[in-house]
Amino acid sequence: MCGIAGLIHKGNRANVGGEMTAMLQALKHRGPDSTGYAVYGEGTPGDYVMRFVLAEQEDMSKGFDMHQVVAERLIEVENRLKLHEANVKSREAVTDYAHRFVISHEGDTEQMIRHIEDIKGVEIMSIGNGLELIKDLGDAGVVSQQYGLLEFQGSHGIGHTRMATESDVDIRSAHPYWAFPYNDVAVVHNGQITNYWLMRRDMERKGHRFMSSCDSELLAVYTADNLANGVTLQDSLRRSIDEIDGVFTYLVATKDQLGMAKDTMAAKPLVLYESDDLIAMASEEVAIRAILPHEIDTTDPYDEEVRVWQA
Amino acid sequence: MASVTDADLKTMTQEERVTALGMRTDQLTGRAMRIEFNPDEEERFEYPWAPDVDFNKRTELDVDEMTSTEANRQIRALMEDGYGTIVIKNPRGKHSLGVGILTRLRLIFEGSLGYFGVGLIDGPNVTINGRVGWSCAENMMAGSVVVEKNAGSTFGAAIRGGDLVSKGSVGSRTGIDQKGGTIIVGGDTGALTGFMMQRGRMVICGNAGKNLGDSMYDGTIYIGGEIKSLGVDAVPSELTDLDKDWLTRKLTLYGLLPERGVDHFQKIVAGRQLWNYDNLEPSEKKIIL
Repeated sequence: MCGIAGLIHKGNRANVGGEMTAMLQALKHRGPDSTGYAVYGEGTPGDYVMRFVLAEQEDMSKGFDMHQVVAERLIEVENRLKLHEANVKSREAVTDYAHRFVISHEGDTEQMIRHIEDIKGVEIMSIGNGLELIKDLGDAGVVSQQYGLLEFQGSHGIGHTRMATESDVDIRSAHPYWAFPYNDVAVVHNGQITNYWLMRRDMERKGHRFMSSCDSELLAVYTADNLANGVTLQDSLRRSIDEIDGVFTYLVATKDQLGMAKDTMAAKPLVLYESDDLIAMASEEVAIRAILPHEIDTTDPYDEEVRVWQA
Repeated sequence: MASVTDADLKTMTQEERVTALGMRTDQLTGRAMRIEFNPDEEERFEYPWAPDVDFNKRTELDVDEMTSTEANRQIRALMEDGYGTIVIKNPRGKHSLGVGILTRLRLIFEGSLGYFGVGLIDGPNVTINGRVGWSCAENMMAGSVVVEKNAGSTFGAAIRGGDLVSKGSVGSRTGIDQKGGTIIVGGDTGALTGFMMQRGRMVICGNAGKNLGDSMYDGTIYIGGEIKSLGVDAVPSELTDLDKDWLTRKLTLYGLLPERGVDHFQKIVAGRQLWNYDNLEPSEKKIIL
């Protein structure tokens, strides 16, 4: 089933971390397996936030030397960052296996990422100037608490509560997906993509990497491919309705935009609230009510509807 | 054609009523259920276990801190105590509120409902001063549900009777598998509205998305706005004076009659090319109620 949610404050900043936590907690019944956030703060020009994991959560309880293994992997990540002349400005060990680095780097970022991800068990969740992509097993409250998201100030965000159906319950199958290697672009999806393998092979022939076997990752890769070819977010969303088969409602966030697209059958729900200063959307209205206690007017976007909002 | 009064109807036989009201009595080619309907008996019908409620006995119930199950149990407890008018405060988008009420009740929601609101009901008159999520009034048997704002998709899925009204716009697949009753939408409706409709009437005052009436077996759709596309086996039909009378009466009842009247409405019915009934009972007739 899965639940998705997103919000964008137009022209101002707010406690996006707390708001997204409240919305996703209200959608817990749609997906208790994992929760993910892509929230956008005010980055420092020239700096990138790199979030990465050294192992899956469940791997940490396997084997007597797992902590030693992840420590060695962390050292190797540092070595490869150094090799690519990335300057690490700050380091934060959020959990035993998840880390947040702030780096500056002027070289080929994609090549650097591929080199780092070549280390066994290492996956870069995201790199972005404003983007902080967090995902882990557990409900919204647990993940938010674990990653210190409750006080996060920003302009917009998207999130996902996952009920695993076609792939594993692990971090790499959790949403959001980062549109590698595009800085600051993330995707959440509710639905099933039926031409996944066809499209995936097409994308892999173009050189794109897939980190999971979750069909939703395709939307992130597909979006990245379009953006890399100069397609606007609006056009990418529009194009996806014709090119992606299946049932889907998905949200895409960039550094300063939030977009949505609904498939031709409108088979997956989305409730939309729009005001002059806030846009909020979710699989169920109860999530929007979690941050807006007063009576509001909401609508259901129709089939093949595409919308993009500016922060 | 002149309007038919209630007094006229009472003097008519069932077959005459059907004809006078513009309902169809077409021969089916296969199995169908013959429904004998007596309006007087229908008015008196009550489930034997239904609590005896008094509409003048009114109370309020704040469900802000309750789960949907707790709220529904409270509603039943109030009905057992004879309350016939219950005002629900702070529904705040909760799912499945007011479901399974099988008797007369005046139920008023001061706010919006989530999914599956007031589903499986048989008799209550419900007013929702807000919006509703997906599948509002699913499988409704009788009574009325009036939503003051927008509604989500599958509005009135499989309803069998009663009036279901949204004064705003609704999502996709409105009235999917509708088996009777009336669905009225004050605004627009999405794709596949009336999909596999079997009986009943649907009135759309605004526009409809693609595939309106797709694969409908029977029933009638009236639409005041534009149709993006008709579905398979949905065809236009002539809007008769009886249709206009009925539309005017229904839309007036819910405050949705357009200023320019109903002459511009289109009538959509089944083309009957997709029927696949078997031939066991070829002589039976179907009467749309």
